[in-house]
Amino acid sequence: MSPETKPDFLISPEGLRIDGRRPDELRPIELEVGVLKTADGSAMIKQGKTHIIAAVYGPRELHPRHLTLNDKAYLRCVYRMATFSVPDRKRPAPSRREREISMVIANALEPALFLEDFPRTVVDVFIQVIQADGGTRCAAINAASLALADAGIPMRSLVPAVAVGKADGVLIVDLGDMEDKYGQGDVPMAILPSTGEITLLQQDGSFTKEELLEAMQMGMNACKYIHELQKDALKRAYLRRTPEKGADDEEYEDDLETDLGESALPGEDDE
Amino acid sequence: MVPGQLLAEGRYRASGGTYSQDGRIYSSLVGLAELRGNTVKVVPLEGVYIPREGDLVIGTILVVAGNNWKVDIGGPYQASLHANNALRRPYHEDISRYMDMGDVIAAEVIAFDRNVGPFLSMKGRGLRKLTDGMILEVSPAKIPRIIGRRGSMISMIKSRLRIQTIVGQNGRIWIKAPDTPTLRLAVKAFRMIEEQAHTTKLTDRVGQMIDEELEKIRAAQSPASDVEAASEENEANEDNKEDMSE
Repeated sequence: MSPETKPDFLISPEGLRIDGRRPDELRPIELEVGVLKTADGSAMIKQGKTHIIAAVYGPRELHPRHLTLNDKAYLRCVYRMATFSVPDRKRPAPSRREREISMVIANALEPALFLEDFPRTVVDVFIQVIQADGGTRCAAINAASLALADAGIPMRSLVPAVAVGKADGVLIVDLGDMEDKYGQGDVPMAILPSTGEITLLQQDGSFTKEELLEAMQMGMNACKYIHELQKDALKRAYLRRTPEKGADDEEYEDDLETDLGESALPGEDDE
Repeated sequence: MVPGQLLAEGRYRASGGTYSQDGRIYSSLVGLAELRGNTVKVVPLEGVYIPREGDLVIGTILVVAGNNWKVDIGGPYQASLHANNALRRPYHEDISRYMDMGDVIAAEVIAFDRNVGPFLSMKGRGLRKLTDGMILEVSPAKIPRIIGRRGSMISMIKSRLRIQTIVGQNGRIWIKAPDTPTLRLAVKAFRMIEEQAHTTKLTDRVGQMIDEELEKIRAAQSPASDVEAASEENEANEDNKEDMSE
């Protein structure tokens, strides 16, 4: 790959970005739930050229034992980048940056989860960046929250995340790699859409107070859009597993009301 | 239902798979909503096994520790079974004589809460060491469906296939069948329920599938000798009667 050069402009005279997007436009996002068979829950996200897979295991027994929390489950996030995910080979040893992002992701997801339902256990979230093109921590949160839902971990809501930044003095949503590197700033954020609570907010570069407030508002709107995509992906994953066509939500919801009713009662299951 | 979806507002009671905030009830899981009386709950489609008192479970013995057995019952929690809850007194000091590492047992959860791990008991009808048959593992979230409403699904499968089974709430199913084709068919039936757990009229479809497959098995056996097949069937019947009276 040819050495990267700084582009002449990040916002063209027509007001478009280097990849032709409008300032408030997201990259095309593709989400898929249940991509890994062995994991309890998994999800894949492709956001522009960024490609990430998240896997969730648990709740399961926690090793090493001394990390056990007596009142809730321990959320262990591991964010890793593949050696081939960036143009210059990334050295395979875990870097300081990876450890930091792992922690940031754990902190962003934890407020959404009901970890207190599973004391003395661990929920493992493994995030593997296959291809990185900016916005990996936000994309990772999007995928990880879907994977957690797929694993059946109870949660308040899914957690959408997006980065807002500034390039050539214009606020832009969902930064690509170039905009991240050569732009003037970057504000990744994650929210709980039901209440609008912010679970992740970082800033890099300088913003005026007005800019930051506007950036956060843009981020909120983008997050709400991503949340819709997430819900859609989750529903799609279960509809796909339905064999007959035309079985819509309503139909089997009704059925379960009558059919599943008493089944969980103990004592009916043995001879 | 997806997590965070609004289920109900007003005077409803939140139950499993939901949470309430400011008097509104939201789903906390991916699952199917169910309303019964004024209680709202969400039946999950995925999840690990979390023990509940009174559950029948199938476990494997991991360790013999003094007068306790440590038992793997799936899920994040390891269970323990005290000799007093399993054996009739007086019992020998060395309890590994009765059950040792690797043995598979059917037991009942007698106590479990946030602080103390699950405790098992084997005092009860049908609770014993399992020495033959096979164990099939399915997703614990699908067990209610395998049992069916008031046991409809499982009793249908048992009667049509003439097999013995024990369905543990922890997603393990013990199957003992008279012959291999029947065993395979039973496994196929359980797998089918697991895959299609969220669809309608499953009992009928499983029943139909079993009937078709049984026809095939009979067809494969009968050319040899119809009389033999018939007598085998009789034997199977008798087996079944025996275990019913047990």
